[in-house]
Amino acid sequence: MRPDPQPELTQRQISDEIATIHDDYRRRADATGRPLPVHPPRDFLPYRSSALRHPTHELVRADPEEIELVSPAFGHTDVAAEESDLTIQHVGEPLGERIVVTGRVLDGEGRPVRNQLVEIWQANASGRYVHKRDQHPAPLDPNFTGVGRLITGDDGSYRLTTIKPGAYPWKNHRNAWRPAHIHFSFFGSAFTQRLVTQMYFPGDPLFALDPISQSIVDPAARARLIATYDHDVSEPEWALGYRWDVVLTGPKSTWMEPEDADHA
Amino acid sequence: MPETPFLQTPSQTVGPFFGFALPYAGGPEVAPPWHPSAIRFHGTVIDGAGVGVPDAFVEIWGADAAGRVIAERGSFARDGHTVTGFGRAAADRDGHYSFTTIKPGPTRADAAPYLLVTVFARGLMHHLFTRAYFGDEPERNAGDRLLGDIDPARRATLIAQADGDASYRFDIRLQGEGETVFLDFDRIDDPDRTDPDRTDSERDG
Repeated sequence: MRPDPQPELTQRQISDEIATIHDDYRRRADATGRPLPVHPPRDFLPYRSSALRHPTHELVRADPEEIELVSPAFGHTDVAAEESDLTIQHVGEPLGERIVVTGRVLDGEGRPVRNQLVEIWQANASGRYVHKRDQHPAPLDPNFTGVGRLITGDDGSYRLTTIKPGAYPWKNHRNAWRPAHIHFSFFGSAFTQRLVTQMYFPGDPLFALDPISQSIVDPAARARLIATYDHDVSEPEWALGYRWDVVLTGPKSTWMEPEDADHA
Repeated sequence: MPETPFLQTPSQTVGPFFGFALPYAGGPEVAPPWHPSAIRFHGTVIDGAGVGVPDAFVEIWGADAAGRVIAERGSFARDGHTVTGFGRAAADRDGHYSFTTIKPGPTRADAAPYLLVTVFARGLMHHLFTRAYFGDEPERNAGDRLLGDIDPARRATLIAQADGDASYRFDIRLQGEGETVFLDFDRIDDPDRTDPDRTDSERDG
């Protein structure tokens, strides 16, 4: 059965649901001595859209085969260097606060995830996506699309220039607002390392109210999605700088490249 | 608590508004339609109420016809000729997705051929992996290690069935009756399902 829409659910009710789930996980972790899961449980009901879209069977453990231990070869034939700058895709300058986001993509042993594809997408400074189903009555910016791509460097590094996205309302519950965020999609050296996630900004009061960020039940893991303001990344008279490092799944599913050990 | 240096970054949903960003021209065309071995690989992503999921997308990744991993670039900038093995297709309003690709060969002598299928959607907190084997390979499927481990009652959810000339259908049921078998390649991610008697080093190995 499709649950009835519950437009009158309040933030208080959603926040209480979130707190109850977090407490349950914490109690279970304390009782079993096992760590909290890194990834969100797929059946996280405070995010209402998860209700009918999570499997109810336990996932089946599989040993990755050769094809799953490699990724498609993306390269500079696929992605142009200027695609990492979201502020130069149109004739004029986009509105908003220009920012640089940089960091490294590593595997679970700290080895660089090199020459792999990173895709990013986001709302504009007003909190509006260039997406026909986004009905938020905030202005589109003719000089901002909000889509970028890049290939990581030999040290796993990435760097993008964009506009700080705005917060925006959504219909999960009454007066629901997403904290400002940038969507990221990563490919590792193994397909099993595939990761899609969202980067948040430090000090955002909406973060603790958001059923999507709070779907991660481990507070330390949750905090790893928040970029750090880094004044050394900021560029004088130009852009504010943020640093955000990303760690894909561990060594188990990763190609062994012993010569990389020095770079870790 | 001191943080060890290389802790995993958690997943978040793709959300509803990826359509202007992730799907790309040529994404569903892993092989050009004129390719002599081209097949259609398609299906519907279905939710727990039996309704197609319009805001989902599917990625496939597979070996070449001889079972070799493909190292060709050009999955984004298709040259109209090279088969790269990777594709991405957004679901349509009915939740239907469709690729043109080639049927991969088995990557090992004792394995069955399959495509790795990854599903992303609004409301899905973390992508789901599954494998699409092929219904017209009964002998190879019978000897495949993973298929042999699957509850026979659910095994058919991993088999793409021929539904026409050079066409295979692979529906993906996220929840409920006929729920697709989804795969976990990295049990270490999920402490809830890790045997507590094993040491970390065993888990890593």
